[in-house]
Amino acid sequence: MAKPRTRVGPLASHAGPAPVLDVDALLDDRSIGIIVCCGSGGVGKTTTSAALALRAAERGRTVVVLTIDPARRLAQSMGIEELDNTPRPVAGVDDAGGGSLEAMMLDMKRTFDEVVESQASPEKARQILENPFYLAMSSSFAGTQEYMAMEKLGQVHHQGTYDLIVVDTPPSRSALDFLDAPERLSSFLDGRLIRLLLAPARGPARLMSVGVNLVTGTLARILGGQFLSDVQTFVAALDTVFGGFRARAQQTYALLQAPGTAFVVVAAPENDALREAAYFVERLSEERMPLAGLVVNRASPAALGSLSADEAMAGAARLRREPPSETAPLTAGLLRLHADRERMVEREAVLRARFAAAHPSVATAVVPALAGDVHDLVGLRQVGDLLADQDPRA
Amino acid sequence: MSDWPRVRLHVVTGKGGTGKSTVAASLALALASHGKDVLLCEVEGRQGIARMFDVDPLPYEERRIATGLRSGDQAPGVVHALHIDPEAALPEYLAMYYKLGRAGRALDRFGVTEFATTIAPGLRDVLLTGKVFEVVQRNSRNKGARQYDAVVLDAPPTGRIVQFLNVSDELSGLAKAGPIKHQADTMMTLFRSPRTAVHLVTVLEEMPVQETADGIAQLHDVGLPVGGVVVNLVRPRDLRVKDLAAARNGGLDPAAVEADLVGAGISVEAGLVEGLLSEARDHAVRRALEDGQRALVKKLDVPTYELPRLAQGVDLGSLYELAALLKDGGMA
Repeated sequence: MAKPRTRVGPLASHAGPAPVLDVDALLDDRSIGIIVCCGSGGVGKTTTSAALALRAAERGRTVVVLTIDPARRLAQSMGIEELDNTPRPVAGVDDAGGGSLEAMMLDMKRTFDEVVESQASPEKARQILENPFYLAMSSSFAGTQEYMAMEKLGQVHHQGTYDLIVVDTPPSRSALDFLDAPERLSSFLDGRLIRLLLAPARGPARLMSVGVNLVTGTLARILGGQFLSDVQTFVAALDTVFGGFRARAQQTYALLQAPGTAFVVVAAPENDALREAAYFVERLSEERMPLAGLVVNRASPAALGSLSADEAMAGAARLRREPPSETAPLTAGLLRLHADRERMVEREAVLRARFAAAHPSVATAVVPALAGDVHDLVGLRQVGDLLADQDPRA
Repeated sequence: MSDWPRVRLHVVTGKGGTGKSTVAASLALALASHGKDVLLCEVEGRQGIARMFDVDPLPYEERRIATGLRSGDQAPGVVHALHIDPEAALPEYLAMYYKLGRAGRALDRFGVTEFATTIAPGLRDVLLTGKVFEVVQRNSRNKGARQYDAVVLDAPPTGRIVQFLNVSDELSGLAKAGPIKHQADTMMTLFRSPRTAVHLVTVLEEMPVQETADGIAQLHDVGLPVGGVVVNLVRPRDLRVKDLAAARNGGLDPAAVEADLVGAGISVEAGLVEGLLSEARDHAVRRALEDGQRALVKKLDVPTYELPRLAQGVDLGSLYELAALLKDGGMA
């Protein structure tokens, strides 16, 4: 994949049309083994990942899609309504090209439990899995979703069963979490708080200084004795489980930076979603993560004809003032609809142009809004077609 | 008359992309129309309030941001805004609830602040809800602090709302005894009382409506009070019902439409009439889907309020427009 060039200086502000994201070229590129779809919540990330995976499979690749939280009916139609952390073949995929598609819904808790079981002795593992704090926090600990998604990605990649893995990322509170969680969690585990909490468990009180006493005393006062000891057990457990955390986080990170990975940022033509997307694009380039492009979902379909919104509204007003016929209210309605659509399209075009001006090298694919929700392979195929069928002048 | 006269804390949640922040801001303006003072809080660190009201990014401090919606001859109240920043909230929280001063600052050096604010979202939620509790519960004993008639919380999305509001319940279960448990129980008493209402924002599409139904069921399960459903981004209703059916099955008369266009002084180029009719068909199909979802929303059996989709996007002026609609609908 070509390295994206970052343009600076006066040329950068020239708002030409964004280059087009060639989805089929991306899916056919055998050197790409991982596609990560990221973006803010509610922009159709899950649908985009599933559509990309299906299209890749029907173009002859052996694909698995790891999804986080698909809509119920979509999950059913892909045969993954059960959370069991095992990829299942998706029925109904056209395998004429020799490809196949499997899908898996990530179960965060189970992945976490599996990590515990693989890292600790059976007895220790049982203790950890029964700790009340572990039960309450293992699925909600910040970054666990992100970390577990990456953990699973690492596992599946390591198995080498598939030649393309498509990953749907968790609906993060902010774009930051996905990239930062592993680093944050591992620096925390190496940090002073952990050593402090582990100190009593590890024995000698020689670590105790005035500061430490103040802190443990304070924690005990706020938390109460039992609570503090539950927390300490939990932290000790984390320490065991994530002993090799830093090394694994670095491996995952390296995997994401490798040229076999492509990031696809997903957005909707809305201010907030595009702002998040811009932020994501910048972060990815700072971290030297390979960005394939931007997918803008739910674009308003372009209005037909050259009648402007203002002309249409003026016409509608005239028809309302002096209705020439029975059908005048209908025609006025048609004109108002047309004006509404023109205005939406115009606003979205402005938003996209601003994005393109700030990020001129980001290849973009625009997908028009569908009338209904996507909940079967037919719908996913349609989204795939729309993704691939880009007007180069748009 | 408002549907929620006793409510002091309005929690506004919704699936991503449904416009919950816009609704929260409009609701704050609408509630302030009765001469009441309202506080609008955000907890997700996005500075969405500052952007909507076109002011500088908000510090962790209550700032006056707007005058309430003007309605009738009553003088409107004032809307203040607060961006609740967990890092700033931690020392305040410790000082407020556990009377910790210097010791609180020492925690910072050991990474406790970072742990509580970024790594353990549970603790982060404790801090955020703790601050919300404080602003709602203020009374004349809190010297110098402003008191509000209502607090509107732009809350985390539907998928996380129960976890967010119920965090104190979980904490209380973990702590079993002691000051944390006591404090957590007091907070849950407010959140479960009729002084709180959790409103859900949705759009008329399958997934958001499903998530709203799931959210309501989850709120009921844990005893949190469900407020209303705000149906946002509703398509314009420019076609009459009988025309919609005809538009869907291609029964509109192109010749009649063309004649009307000519009568309205519009030059009819080739393809214009077909274009308009095809846009009408598209619109009619979506309206039918919306109606199906609207029927599902109605079955949820909670008060609902509809807000239109604004083609030009949302600016400060349109927040007042939406506020007026919420007020007319009885939400404020």
